[in-house]
Amino acid sequence: MAIFVDENTKVIYQGLTGRQGSYYGGLNAEYGTQVVAGTHPKKAGTDVNGVPVYASVAEAVEATGATASCIFIPAPGVKDAVMEAAEGGIKFIVAITEGVPAHDEAWFFNKLKRDHPDVQLLGPNCPGIISPGKCNIGITAGHIAKPGGPVGIVSRSGTLTYQALYELQQKDIGVTTCVGIGGDPVPGTSFIDCLAAFEADPETKAIMMIGEIGGSAEEEAAEYIKNHVTKPVSSYVAGVTAPPGKKMGHAGAIVSGGKGTADAKMEALRDAGVKVGLNPTEAGELMAEIVAGL
Amino acid sequence: MDLFEYQGKQFFAQYGMPISAGEVVFSVDEALAAAERLGTPVMVKSQVLTGGRGKLGGIKFAPDMDAVREHATNILGLDIKGHIVERLWIEAASDIAEEYYMSFTLDRAAKKHLGMLSAEGGMDIEEVAASTPEKISKIWVDPVDGLTDEVAAQWVDGANLNPDAREGAIAIAKQLYASYTEGDADLVEINPLILTPEGKVHVLDSKVTLDVNAEFRHADYAQFDETQTRDEREEAAHAKGLQYVGLDGTVGVIANGAGLAMSTLDVINQVGGKPANFLDIGGGANADVMSSALQVINDDKNVKSIFINIFGGITRGEEVANGILEAMKRVKIDSPIVIRLDGTNADEGRAILAPELNDMLMMETTMLDAARKASELAAG
Repeated sequence: MAIFVDENTKVIYQGLTGRQGSYYGGLNAEYGTQVVAGTHPKKAGTDVNGVPVYASVAEAVEATGATASCIFIPAPGVKDAVMEAAEGGIKFIVAITEGVPAHDEAWFFNKLKRDHPDVQLLGPNCPGIISPGKCNIGITAGHIAKPGGPVGIVSRSGTLTYQALYELQQKDIGVTTCVGIGGDPVPGTSFIDCLAAFEADPETKAIMMIGEIGGSAEEEAAEYIKNHVTKPVSSYVAGVTAPPGKKMGHAGAIVSGGKGTADAKMEALRDAGVKVGLNPTEAGELMAEIVAGL
Repeated sequence: MDLFEYQGKQFFAQYGMPISAGEVVFSVDEALAAAERLGTPVMVKSQVLTGGRGKLGGIKFAPDMDAVREHATNILGLDIKGHIVERLWIEAASDIAEEYYMSFTLDRAAKKHLGMLSAEGGMDIEEVAASTPEKISKIWVDPVDGLTDEVAAQWVDGANLNPDAREGAIAIAKQLYASYTEGDADLVEINPLILTPEGKVHVLDSKVTLDVNAEFRHADYAQFDETQTRDEREEAAHAKGLQYVGLDGTVGVIANGAGLAMSTLDVINQVGGKPANFLDIGGGANADVMSSALQVINDDKNVKSIFINIFGGITRGEEVANGILEAMKRVKIDSPIVIRLDGTNADEGRAILAPELNDMLMMETTMLDAARKASELAAG
């Protein structure tokens, strides 16, 4: 089993007609993802490489029965796109777009929670989600992931998500689902959402978690692991040596006043029984040891 | 993007908050002219993007023109935590009865906006939070609801301010929240917010951080960006659209993705090296981006070796390899380069690089080995 998405998931691409949307939508379809529709208010009735385009998400859902959407809309339009997806009947929204204002994110996170509690948003500013061999939504290169199991991956960083998939593939370890939650201040899906889903998934036997400096998401995840996760976890937190007060690319990756440091996060994770590696390779090796002992 | 105090005050003023009359100046003569127009007494305040100015002599009260001259002379050029004072804010002095603290920022754990208000203003709020947390009145505002009159009043009442300050504080709370949300700020802070002997509530300082992701809907952000203080390297990288942060080591770093770039710094430190910078070139690694990145790194005189750490996802190894080789033709590099190329079609990429390798261009298969090599080269 996979979490959130699998071979039966039908996906709509909001922004399929754009450069990024058509490119990654095409790659996702090639991978085997059920890419069933795109949306564009003025291009209804056209198609992108055979995938029909509808005027709105509601119409696309009506016509195709899609339950997931992937957003490749430029940042200024993401707030409206997320709400259009939720109101149109989508249950799993993946927002790839980076550079979305934090106030928009805080607003639609709370709006969804209130008016559409059954909708799960992933992102914005994330690489997406892949259930290897079944479904790939977003910008992850599908062939760096080995299908099967027993490992579930959740990561806050894009390239380190790929790194994690690749480390496991090199060791011939399969992955049930890999979720890139993104590094923005208000991620739609949290570490805890993914940990809970992996814990409930019988095919996932172990979990790899890639964190990053800034915020307190890793500390909250550690607390959750301690109390609710029975499966073994390996982890890596990027930014051990990042100087305080410097913003390192991601909106999320900033250390202020000694809070949110990698050391504090690693300590919290170790305290929760997580095997913590000092670099991505070490975290992969730790996971290989865990898998060998399963 | 952090604003200077005077910019923050101008930002607040757009939302109706009461600020003092003042002028920004760059010289002693300008300071005197400003004080003449404003009328003494005035405050002479250094404008630097760091806290603790007052304790380090960066803020002075000037009762007369002689004092303005003296303080302006002393403060201009002053080094405040590595920031050299180039501009002053000359402001009409205020009489202070009481000092408060008020702010809004995002509580990432709660995913709501957090308002903090305290009757113990004028000092380090983190110290108040640590030693006497009960003296901070907190509210969590759901962005969908916004700050209602009722909640604003409850918040202010919870802080036990002087009753004379109640109405003024409620009004400013609403204006501050509006500036925070409508202005797309990550942080808005007033410390101190003062009560004057006449019973007026007034903004005496400002700390504002704007969310650059929202620049598309704020034409006024451009004027703030112009005055950002970046070191020369950061300025050059910013102009080329690169995500760059200058550090003080000797190993230049180029990586794709913020996480991988941070991870690269970690690994260099682990093997005993010192990174010279953080540089994220994003998802792709084509010749244009790579040239810009190499140019910025090469111009850093502290750099003794360069570590290019690329993980090919969608971008294939051969594209990355060709991008690096093309960039090296365009930019003359003074330091040896160590490349670690992994991921999609890494073997093909490595095969393209193999014939070009020499003592100025080296390749290692793992991040750790490449970091070791680059650190050894930097150490000489």
